[in-house]
Amino acid sequence: MADPTGVTVSTPSDREIVLSRAFAAPRRLVFDAWTRPDLLMRWYGARGWNLVSCEVDLRIGGAWRFVSRGPDGATMVQSGVYEVVAPAERLVYTERFDDQSYPGPTLISHVFAEQAGVTTVTSTIRYATRTGRDTVLRYPMARGVGESFDRLAGLLSSHQETERS
Amino acid sequence: MTLDLLDATFAALADPTRRAILARLASGDATVTELAEPFAMSQPAISKHLKVLERAGLISRGRDAQRRPCRIEPGQLRAARDWLDNYRGYWEESYQRLDGLLESLRELDDRRDGSNDDG
Repeated sequence: MADPTGVTVSTPSDREIVLSRAFAAPRRLVFDAWTRPDLLMRWYGARGWNLVSCEVDLRIGGAWRFVSRGPDGATMVQSGVYEVVAPAERLVYTERFDDQSYPGPTLISHVFAEQAGVTTVTSTIRYATRTGRDTVLRYPMARGVGESFDRLAGLLSSHQETERS
Repeated sequence: MTLDLLDATFAALADPTRRAILARLASGDATVTELAEPFAMSQPAISKHLKVLERAGLISRGRDAQRRPCRIEPGQLRAARDWLDNYRGYWEESYQRLDGLLESLRELDDRRDGSNDDG
């Protein structure tokens, strides 16, 4: 079964964010879900956002372009170029938002690792500059809080239990 | 809440001694003397940590000039937790939709495999 604790976040360097999440499916299916427009349309999108258009040219040098609709009818366009396409194993592409507030394209690498029918997707998001990453994260994790995530989460949850009402 | 205060909160939480002090205060108010005891630290060293925690909005100090007991401020811890939950939730919501999609894809796969076995 997929890890019930959901996505984990870490910051291994000052230009990167790493997300990791387990899915209860073979990596072939998970890779498909990440690369087939008909499947991407059914899940991709941050909170409150859904894809309304999805173009994928799945080959090295091929372009991709997603259009999302968000709260109050807002539109967001993101696009890039595939750099590594290793089916069921690895996917690397550049990404740029049409109206992003930080410089340069972002490089996104997904590694699909399967064990006993569960696929863990580790996504490394590398920003062109440190400022770019910090804009996305704001400052907290840039100061090394990422490494102490688990302990912090433990402290916060133990505090929750003893919290005076 | 300002982002500057949130920055100060995460910086304050990044230190193990300060996290231990907070954990201790979660079970009740304490004076500097009481806090210094289990940490094998001088009172001035503890006071320094307390100042950082106070600036970060994580604790408050009592008015009693002699004892000035320290008290945890749950509101700011909650703000830090909300920030983390929000960041994780930003992605998790999408991933939960993917969980559902993968489940239906797996069922399709199983059915196809099943018919192959029969043939």
